[in-house]
Amino acid sequence: MQVPSGYGLHHQNYIAPSGHYSQGPGKMTSLPLDSQCGDYYSGLYTVPTQNVVSPSTANQQPGAQQMYSRVPPAPHIVGSTLGSFQCAASSASHLHTSASQPYSSFVNHYNSPAVYSANSSVASQGFPSTCGHYAMSTVSNAAYPSVSYPSVPAGDPYGQMFTSQNAPPVRPAKDNSFSGQNTAISHPSSLPPPPSQQQHQQQSLAEYNTPSWSSAPGLPTQDSLKRNNTGSLAIANNNSANTVADCLSCPVIQNVHPPKSSPAVSTVLSGASSTRMPPAANHPVEPAASVTQPSELLQQKGIDSSSTTSSASPVPNSYDALEGGSYPDMLSSAASSPAPEPTPDPDPGPAPASTPVAPQPSKMAKPFGYGYPILQPGYQNATAPLNSGVQPSSTVYSGFQQYPQQYPGMNQLSSSLGGLSLQSSPQPESLRPINLTQERNILPVTPVLAPVPNLNLELKKLNCSPDSFRCTLTNIPQTQALLNKAKLPLGLLLHPFRDLTQLPVITSNTIVRCRSCRTYINPFVSFIDQRRWKCNLCYRVNDVPEEFMYNPLTRSYGEPHKRPEVQNSTVEFIASSDYMLRPPQPAVYLFVLDVSHNAVEAGYLTVLSQSLLENLDKLPGDSRTRIGFMTFDSTIHFYNLQEGLSQPQMLIVSDVDDVFLPTPDSLLVNLYESKELIKDLLNALPNMFTNTRETHSALGPALQAAFKLMSPTGGRVSVFQTQLPSLGAGLLQSREDPNQRSSTKVVQHLGPATDFYKKLALDCSGQQTAVDLFLLSSQYSDLASLACMSKYSAGCIYYYPSFHCAHNPSQAEKLQKDLKRYLTRKIGFEAVMRIRCTKGLSMHTFHGNFFVRSTDLLSLANINPDAGFAVQLSIEESLTDTSLVCFQTALLYTSSKGERRIRVHTLCLPVVSSLADVYAGVDVQAAICLLANMAVDRSVSSSLSDARDALVNAVVDSLSAYGSTISNLQHSALIAPSSLKLFPLYVLALLKQKAFRTGTSTRLDDRVYAMCQIKSQPLVHLMKMIHPNLYRIDRLTDEGAVHVNDRVVPQPPLQKLSAEKLTREGAFLMDCGSAFYIWIGKGCDNNFIEDVLGCPNFASIPQKMTYLPELDTLSSERARSFITWLRDGRPLSPILHVVKDESPAKTEFFQHLIEDRTEAAFSYYEFLLHVQQQICK
Amino acid sequence: MVFTFAAFCYMLALLLTAALIFFAIWHIIAFDELKTDYKNPMDQCNTLNPLVLPEYLIHAFFCVMFLCAAEWLTLGLNMPLLAYHIWRYMSRPMMSGPGLYDPTTIMNADILAYCQKEGWCKLAFYLLAFFYYLYGMIYVLVSS
Repeated sequence: MQVPSGYGLHHQNYIAPSGHYSQGPGKMTSLPLDSQCGDYYSGLYTVPTQNVVSPSTANQQPGAQQMYSRVPPAPHIVGSTLGSFQCAASSASHLHTSASQPYSSFVNHYNSPAVYSANSSVASQGFPSTCGHYAMSTVSNAAYPSVSYPSVPAGDPYGQMFTSQNAPPVRPAKDNSFSGQNTAISHPSSLPPPPSQQQHQQQSLAEYNTPSWSSAPGLPTQDSLKRNNTGSLAIANNNSANTVADCLSCPVIQNVHPPKSSPAVSTVLSGASSTRMPPAANHPVEPAASVTQPSELLQQKGIDSSSTTSSASPVPNSYDALEGGSYPDMLSSAASSPAPEPTPDPDPGPAPASTPVAPQPSKMAKPFGYGYPILQPGYQNATAPLNSGVQPSSTVYSGFQQYPQQYPGMNQLSSSLGGLSLQSSPQPESLRPINLTQERNILPVTPVLAPVPNLNLELKKLNCSPDSFRCTLTNIPQTQALLNKAKLPLGLLLHPFRDLTQLPVITSNTIVRCRSCRTYINPFVSFIDQRRWKCNLCYRVNDVPEEFMYNPLTRSYGEPHKRPEVQNSTVEFIASSDYMLRPPQPAVYLFVLDVSHNAVEAGYLTVLSQSLLENLDKLPGDSRTRIGFMTFDSTIHFYNLQEGLSQPQMLIVSDVDDVFLPTPDSLLVNLYESKELIKDLLNALPNMFTNTRETHSALGPALQAAFKLMSPTGGRVSVFQTQLPSLGAGLLQSREDPNQRSSTKVVQHLGPATDFYKKLALDCSGQQTAVDLFLLSSQYSDLASLACMSKYSAGCIYYYPSFHCAHNPSQAEKLQKDLKRYLTRKIGFEAVMRIRCTKGLSMHTFHGNFFVRSTDLLSLANINPDAGFAVQLSIEESLTDTSLVCFQTALLYTSSKGERRIRVHTLCLPVVSSLADVYAGVDVQAAICLLANMAVDRSVSSSLSDARDALVNAVVDSLSAYGSTISNLQHSALIAPSSLKLFPLYVLALLKQKAFRTGTSTRLDDRVYAMCQIKSQPLVHLMKMIHPNLYRIDRLTDEGAVHVNDRVVPQPPLQKLSAEKLTREGAFLMDCGSAFYIWIGKGCDNNFIEDVLGCPNFASIPQKMTYLPELDTLSSERARSFITWLRDGRPLSPILHVVKDESPAKTEFFQHLIEDRTEAAFSYYEFLLHVQQQICK
Repeated sequence: MVFTFAAFCYMLALLLTAALIFFAIWHIIAFDELKTDYKNPMDQCNTLNPLVLPEYLIHAFFCVMFLCAAEWLTLGLNMPLLAYHIWRYMSRPMMSGPGLYDPTTIMNADILAYCQKEGWCKLAFYLLAFFYYLYGMIYVLVSS
């Protein structure tokens, strides 16, 4: 129910904005928005909730219309309407609704004002446009302005879902993910062009209106408010009001990138995809991620319904909101709770059903008028350490409430797991013991989702999306001793700069932070009273600054808990000059290109020039953007592109021992002023060196020159290298012995041969310059040494083995696609990232590409959306006096538009005292990724075999530790808790991964590259690399399909990675993250081959096929839409390989079947037996 | 009471050990600063690295002196540390300049803790050695 209400509310909000939009009442009806919205919604909704779709759309449409119609005075039209915007906004709204009641409550609140305004001014017009439903609603509005009737329409669809909810064994937590998905989906498709921004504005307006009531369109106050939202328009009002506006908008607002020059604007759009959805009650799934995982969608139906429940009581909520108690969810969650059900709600039915089984009385008890309900109950425990650890756990566990329904059979086990303090609920699914050796199909048919921390609903909703922030243990052990007992790694996996579709951006004069530990204020702080808040990391009590006290929502003081900083666990601040050491730098790009004979022969210059020419205008940056080029062979060539020259001027420096810059000024030029020259150069570049005989490569000196060139500003250096550097500083010798490639013993030379590149990287890092390496070599190029230039300067590494433009078209295509992404993706300059955690925990080791500048501070010359990080944690002091711990990452960066910004993610996790709880909360994927990172370190610092042993030991230790906690089960069997059931499989996959495998011929560079990937990839991508997904695609059906952008995407079940699953009659798709393989069996149906591959029969399939022809058949369409869907949102665009059963390329495919035995490695079953043996020893 | 070569060795060792004690204290302070974020690891490594070899050489130097003076017991007491120094320097990370500490790994909690512990242990060792040399010197002076 919540969801619906939320939605409804949002709609209203939107409506208000639409008004703006239209400005003239007459226009409103004519606005295309309505229809668009409708489409949009339908699209979104259909995807996740297949069944429900139709009703929901219908309902929503009206809602949308309403919104538009309702136009409150929208005096200000916010500038350009971004088409994409609307989508975003709408999606955002969805999210919102589900997630945060508080918002919905807002809405209600505001609705009333909006309604009024509507009535007064434009109302009549607006209504006609709305559907029949709406007539009702309108009436209701008029009658009960404050009532949240908007919730009603939404409710219908959801109600349906509701019933279905229980059926699927979905965890309640995921509810919101659904909404998240919607967003994601919507995101890619820029459906409705209408400017969502305006909507935001409207929201804010509406809210503002409320107080004013009449809200005449030109009111100055309103304007100012609006301007915040609009951002671009922004009239730089820095007053609190603005901030407030932001807040309001936050939830709904997404930031789009539209290049807005105004720094003051509060709402900014970050183009990216949404990670953080405030809405997701339990835990918002990232849209993108969710999309990739088909199974999620299915599950989400159930989820949605649950989310709806949360929003169930709109009326009380709004009331609450007024009072300052912002958590309506609680009420809703306790279905039976006194919270008055919204009478106006047409669909009361769903609400009761959805209500969680175990109501939480404490929450319910809260009276409406109650002054400071702000604290989440869970939190309160935390703040009051006196409640011994035991008590809090019960609250915490309330999250499990819903489990009973789903796993009724588990009761018998609970006795053996006495440690679990689940209150009146049986043990969670994650603790179900599984006999690994007897479980034949361990791999679920749907993608594995991140476990949801066991928090109460409100905290769950507020918590950071697992796509940005994950912890290997979602239940943090109380002491290091307990952690040691569990034998599991404790650490965080971060993806801090993800593309988000929705991100609250906050402009305010003062960024509220703890005075002692400098933590940013976040949803998990506690307000002691109206004037003070208690830091959740160091427990210091801080004053709430005056500006923060002002709550623009109610235009009153004393509601700091309503501000967006406190309502969203992912926010972005526009930083003031306090956060700058120098004026924000412009975007500066330097390309350093190898043009030796080898490079020219490989022909990458053509691809690069082409990509650059195509994307020159899309390079992120503002009017100050600068660009430069250098080429090198045995000499270094600079290009003078100064504006005014008739053609680019090449300056050659042949003294590679002492490099100097021939002219300091004109080598890096303004992109816009010298665009013609740049284009000339790019057009000429591929042919300039065609006849070169120079085989040497003076990479080191070229890098030194690049450093000199970049050091005044900082920026990004992209290095293209095709061979071992052979001249000047940093020259390297070949270290690889090809005979040792398949050695099972020692793998040497995983570390750098020289520290030249490392030192250079550190120098670059000090000057805010990142070096990105593109290695396109056909032979050994000592990536282990070269990679250092990127590793320590926060760059990224791309590797294209045996690249050749003509002979290896798939690599060329990959380079081209990668370049497109690389050139156009977001970028942050001169960044630092600080990770803070609750007192008692400490950072141990960091993994990723960066330079560690102090114990918790990473220096990142550049940050890009594809960079992932991992952090090992240790527990230094016992956490017995707290029930929650929080982690906060703050990424301070300069955007390509020259704004200084801080992106803050906050994650909150419960603390547990029993071993069983620790096991219940294992996030096996995060654990595997952290282990992989640790293993890379180990193999470089010690040896590969050590690292492999450590991986096996990780499984052996954790399973034996678990085995010793369950006393009454047979010890002979290999038992794992359900949360860890995939652990051995993933570890085996790691052992067979290129980075760690032995016995199979692996080139040193390939191995090192795999290690670099492990260190720098975010979890989503890394997991695909470690354990690819296998699908059967010759029988795709629409059953269970999802809808994305009007496309039907089939969702075939996952197959386990074993040849036993491959039938000669089938065709299989393997998604390895960086490559797709389609394996065609010998006996594959000719119809499929003809329809999808465009070949008459198996024999005629070409050996090297890297694309699927666009055939106009159903199966082709399904296959292509499925593949496109899988591809969306990958940083490295995967290349498709069609592999025939007999072709030599099939070894590539078969090496990924990690459950099978190879000459050098165990099969999965053997591995289990091995582990079991080790345990028994 | 004759001023023998052995006595000279002990006196020299006494002075040099006093210097080494300062080295050790310097190390401890430096790593503490790192741990408490006062210093940038790059700067810190740049100041620490040049000190590593001098410290090892000073220690090696008076080990050789004791060898020449045939002070076997004293030499034996110092051998473990000498061996440790050799091992430590052999297994240093890849770097072109002299020194042990790599700014990219120094902030790793394990390494930081190890270095700190090493500093304290060395300080203790040098302090004990200082008094032992004092005793040794007097003993040699008195006995001869």
